Amino acid sequence: MIEVKNIHKSFGDAHILKGISTTFENGKTSLVIGQSGSGKTVFLKCLLGLFEKDEGTITYDGNIYSELTSDQKRNLRSEMGMVFQGSALFDSMTIAENVMFPLRMFTKQSKSEMQDRVDFVLKRVNLPDAHNKMPSEASGGMQKRVAIARAIVNKPKYLFCDEPNSGLDPKTAIVIDNLIQEITDEYNITTIINTHDMNSVMEIGEKIVFLKDGLKAWEGSKENIFITDNKVVTDFVYSSELFKKVRKMYLKEHQ
Amino acid sequence: MTYLHNIGAYFIMIKDMFRKPTKWSVMKTLIFKDIDDLIMGSLGIVAFISFFVGGVVTIQTALNIDNPLIPKYLVGFATRQSIILEFAPTFISIIMAGKVGSFITSSIGTMRVTEQIDALEVMGINAINYLVFPKFIALMLYPFVISIAMFLGIVGGMAACFFGGYSSIDDYIIGIQTDFIPFHIAYAFIKTFAFAFLLATIPSFHGFFMKGGALEVGKASTTSFVWTSVVIILLNYILTQMLLS
Repeated sequence: MIEVKNIHKSFGDAHILKGISTTFENGKTSLVIGQSGSGKTVFLKCLLGLFEKDEGTITYDGNIYSELTSDQKRNLRSEMGMVFQGSALFDSMTIAENVMFPLRMFTKQSKSEMQDRVDFVLKRVNLPDAHNKMPSEASGGMQKRVAIARAIVNKPKYLFCDEPNSGLDPKTAIVIDNLIQEITDEYNITTIINTHDMNSVMEIGEKIVFLKDGLKAWEGSKENIFITDNKVVTDFVYSSELFKKVRKMYLKEHQ
Repeated sequence: MTYLHNIGAYFIMIKDMFRKPTKWSVMKTLIFKDIDDLIMGSLGIVAFISFFVGGVVTIQTALNIDNPLIPKYLVGFATRQSIILEFAPTFISIIMAGKVGSFITSSIGTMRVTEQIDALEVMGINAINYLVFPKFIALMLYPFVISIAMFLGIVGGMAACFFGGYSSIDDYIIGIQTDFIPFHIAYAFIKTFAFAFLLATIPSFHGFFMKGGALEVGKASTTSFVWTSVVIILLNYILTQMLLS
């Protein structure tokens, strides 16, 4: 379980995170939603240790991150997988080399064992024949799937995704969402997804944390988001007519 | 304050370059790749420039000697001294700050912009060691490039003498052997090693700590070239004062 207590983060005079506390349970998919500039990415990067928080604690399965030694931090990080907004594939490596990279760095597996694992995960993300392509030759959706394959190849305990379906067409976005959900369930990973895509909110995730102006404005389950009367949340989630109708239908059905 | 901060950050980066080393099997590949990119990839331009600048130094020296009392072998002597003491180690290093330095800054800077460095750090990899250390090791072969520059500079001077008729080949060869001080070679290579260190680390610093997008990568490359050149020129002065005075 990941526990976050009273996280603050500033850049100069800009106070980005203003005391966020929440928990992310093991084996579940949690969504962090909010408008652009609400602090989602900074929050995720604080969880990953890419940004040093100013105040507060982050606990991974009982271990306070800031109290870990650098070796312990390194070990913990090797248990994390991350899917970046822009995929962040190493452009000097082929797709297979990208996926194999965490195995080369952190395991003592033989080349054939690594190759088998790469074949397996690439098949798992529906890219069985993409091994020798360069990232620049892959479409946006393919790059996202390669990023997911790289994130899960070393069997992580925690998976972080920063807007995994940004820039993708709606159909591919749903494929990516479903893939993340399936992988989370299959490998019992603790998954945290940053998104402002309402389709993702409706499709996947068990818990939703809503950030606004660096504060946690609301949290609850996917079901609760339909019935909440929190105006800040409803203004954001049901800003489109389509989602307003979806909500109306849901409420009618569950009355 | 920003300058002081950057100088501090630069030295911390150098310390981090040696911490938490990357697995040798991976590092080996990176080193060979950087040797290919930074050393082998620079040989052509260095050879071309050295040969022709050697020729120009010879022509200019010869044309400025109009006193019949000055021996003709002075052309070879002056060319050798210019090439070994300054042209090969310093002038070529400034050129390399443009070629190799820009390459290092832009490649690392692009990795920063596209979050590839974040990806390395999330995996628990010491990104500074992974990215900068292989370049540092690769550039320890930089004296090999400078040896070639010295050789071709002197050969270029000889070719200029032969084709331009500024002095005889025999006089030129006597000139390059006259008053030869082996320490001058040592001095040149001490400078070369120091410049190699700067060529690996200053552009890496500018790439690694850059912020922004594609436009800033270009700006970082330019800044890196300016600072690498400035530090090379300053260090050249200090080392010359220390070693030759």
